Amino acid sequence: MGGQHFLPLTQLERQEMLGAMGAKSVADLFQDIPGEILLQGPLALPPTLSETEVFQHLSSLAAKNKNTREYVSFLGAGVYDHFIPSVIRHIIGRTEFYTAYTPYQAEVSQGVLQSIFEYQTLICQLTGMEVTNASLYDGATALVEGAVMACGITRRSRVLLSRAVNPFYRQVLQSYFNGRSYKVEEIPLQSGKTDPDQLQHSLSEETAALIVQTPNFFGLLEDLQGVADLLHEQGGLLLVVADPLSLPIFKTPAEYDADIVVGEGQALGSPSSFGGPLLGFLATREKYLRKLPGRIVGETVDINGKRGFVLTLQTREQHIRRERATSNICTNQALNALAAAVYLVTLGPQGLREVAGLCLQKAAYAREKINSLAGYAEAFPGTYFKEFPVCIPGEAPALNKKLLQSRIIGGLDLSKFYPELQNTMLLCVTEKRTCAEIDLLVQELEAWR
Amino acid sequence: MKKGKALIFEMGHAGRRGYSLPPLDVPPKPLAELLPQELARQLPLEIPELSEGEIVRHYTNLSRSNFAVDLGFYPLGSCTMKYNPKINEEAAGLPGFAFLHPCQDGSTVQGALELIHRTEECLKEITGMARFTFQPVAGAHGEITGLLVIQAYHRARGEDRRRVLVPDSAHGTNPATAAMAGCEVVQIPSDARGMVDLAALQKAVDEHTAALMLTNPNTLGLFEEDILEISRLVHAAGGLLYYDGANLNAIMGYARPGDMGFDVVHLNLHKTFSAPHGGGGPGSGPLGVREELAPFLPLPVVEANENGYYLDYERPLSIGKVHSFYGNFAVIVKAYTYIRMLGADGLKQVSTDAVINANYLMSRLKQTYHLPYDRLCKHEFVLSAVKQKKKGAAAADVAKALLDYGMHPPTVYFPLIVEEALMVEPTETESKETLDQFIAAMEEIDRRIGENLTEITRAPHSTPVGRLDEVKAARQPRVRWSREKDREKD
Repeated sequence: MGGQHFLPLTQLERQEMLGAMGAKSVADLFQDIPGEILLQGPLALPPTLSETEVFQHLSSLAAKNKNTREYVSFLGAGVYDHFIPSVIRHIIGRTEFYTAYTPYQAEVSQGVLQSIFEYQTLICQLTGMEVTNASLYDGATALVEGAVMACGITRRSRVLLSRAVNPFYRQVLQSYFNGRSYKVEEIPLQSGKTDPDQLQHSLSEETAALIVQTPNFFGLLEDLQGVADLLHEQGGLLLVVADPLSLPIFKTPAEYDADIVVGEGQALGSPSSFGGPLLGFLATREKYLRKLPGRIVGETVDINGKRGFVLTLQTREQHIRRERATSNICTNQALNALAAAVYLVTLGPQGLREVAGLCLQKAAYAREKINSLAGYAEAFPGTYFKEFPVCIPGEAPALNKKLLQSRIIGGLDLSKFYPELQNTMLLCVTEKRTCAEIDLLVQELEAWR
Repeated sequence: MKKGKALIFEMGHAGRRGYSLPPLDVPPKPLAELLPQELARQLPLEIPELSEGEIVRHYTNLSRSNFAVDLGFYPLGSCTMKYNPKINEEAAGLPGFAFLHPCQDGSTVQGALELIHRTEECLKEITGMARFTFQPVAGAHGEITGLLVIQAYHRARGEDRRRVLVPDSAHGTNPATAAMAGCEVVQIPSDARGMVDLAALQKAVDEHTAALMLTNPNTLGLFEEDILEISRLVHAAGGLLYYDGANLNAIMGYARPGDMGFDVVHLNLHKTFSAPHGGGGPGSGPLGVREELAPFLPLPVVEANENGYYLDYERPLSIGKVHSFYGNFAVIVKAYTYIRMLGADGLKQVSTDAVINANYLMSRLKQTYHLPYDRLCKHEFVLSAVKQKKKGAAAADVAKALLDYGMHPPTVYFPLIVEEALMVEPTETESKETLDQFIAAMEEIDRRIGENLTEITRAPHSTPVGRLDEVKAARQPRVRWSREKDREKD
């Protein structure tokens, strides 16, 4: 039998304990399961493996993948290959953090609670917003929660959604909204950005929120000057999807007078892990604090007047308010929030500006070189951060196949999400990409033409 | 106010740094060219500046003020706080898993897809379901995905069913999820045995019933003995049966939700399948369904053909996506590792020992604490501190007093149908000595309530902070740090 080293009871103890409770055999403990459904034989599962064997088995599965440590990656689209300081793995690897449950008993959970309180403060600093929660599942579900929140605040049911928002997020919002009375109206693109005329046209007194992303899915900065005023005049809210690593240098959603900010925090210290775990964040104005979904950590004092932290405003939550809760969320992404907090303080204000600046410079270098290649062209003009779409002389999957031979993981095939963008690839250049790696990409692109 | 541990914002010094970044090795452009002034951040960025060592010390010290499974007994009912095998962490940390981008070409992630496929095969066998999606990253996320699938199923049959039945003993996530899916919640009372009241259920099911959400064993730790009749009643009205898998740890290898008649099942890989809880996530809440519901599962699912594994997006009836990508892949790796190490016999032994431990504790503790439903339990049971309350100490006081014994308390005040509830789930990874220590502690607390009540009602005494004022936290919410001078303005 496998896993015995996780099970401390000996056969003798089992007998002794059964005796102590007046049971004759283990079967007595399962007599409440109706005979018709009591399993007769063993489950048909693959054979048990020892620790050595299981590690070999998993290593062989892992070895069938081409990972971004051994290959040079230019993929972004919401999950990014940024530098992860080694301190993070050691801190989130403390078993006091990772083998704890949600901090229900605050007096013995100050480690998790204080770290989340610090995380909340850091997210407010980064976005410029006033309050946030303890984290959500990912950027996509954070967008859903933000949209639901906006509908609740405005008591309206129609949201305007820019087509330049991450298509994965848009799909998730649609799935969630299909079940209920909320409606999504998409604002089309104009040269890779949210079409301002269509936006004006669609905006009405029924609009709960406008959802825009900046930098948007194509890496372009949206022009959000005055947009919040337009919404606020009609009683709607501005919901901005933000890349946290653009915020140290680019204008924050708060400076655009946004009401709700959501985003994906994986770039803050978590590996890509085939797309999960990720880290959703949602920040807003203080006046909407009680409309926030999920866990919130607050400061208080103990019986002796000493500062401490607790889960607070729980009357918003499912375990108290049940069907009237602001959301059903309970387990979130606490360990990834801790990683994000450690990341942010490790980099500090100067390091964060440097990371953003390096991405900006290196992506600009790659963009200029690639756009100048014969057969390649800039897809849209504008101000970019770390991602950019390129028109390529052929189909993206074929190019990516060729790049793999040079140990390069190429960009995202945009035609899968935007049929009008045939032969267009979304590339991402982070601070980790070296000049030599970018030059190799450029060389391979030129050779493929 | 006395100071507790320093916050990171109260530490550090301008100009200190904790990082080292790669150089700018491309010819730089003037910043104004890449970042026009009107798009530049003007807000200050007030993040502390510390050296690497200071940061490590801060968080290491913080970790030392936190209780965890690796430190002691954690019988938090409904949360299955079992030991988290270390090999899980090693496996999930393999670069071939940790450093994969979700949009890589299928040919470059064959091992990851194979792992998801293999895990799905195992979970299908354990639960008796036909297909699984791994997109949900938590139990509640599995629930909302399940209800979206159920709604899509009914709609495809031309029916608009919007009522979700939920027992009064259910987890709060069940009614909250139903509301989130745009459904109306109908509460079903429990009977004197602590089980679904069949007569009430019969009255409640009708042509509007979308589903009954049920945990089995239920939150009292009792196996719903009438499950086949419940299934018949719900299905006869055209409704579906939803299984909240929070309590699967009680019955692996003994019974399967699929055989009980459940149509939709979510599991908590961070409970039953030993992935750690991370202080509140990341979790994983895969959703399994019967064959008829498989077409409605989220996009994509992992399929295999002669060329290997691939992500199948060609599913016209699918509800769409519920997560950016494929869920918490790293957590799936941990659960798969666990399943392979335990195997069929090992998983059955897990449930056996979980049930032995719970019944042993229950049989001993009911002598001191009231046991409202005195019958065979599964992996957990619910005591009531009503006797202690009469002497002046509520369930919360018993819980706080336990902290001084170096143990985490049971879940308190849940399920709602038990007054002064103490919900105890020992799990299978605890030794008899630990259980005996817990019994002794609980008995001693009861004695001390009679001897020195205020010592109990002012507990804990030995923790990093004393009893915290939750009312103040909610009345004057302070949810981020600010400087003292700014605080005065608040």
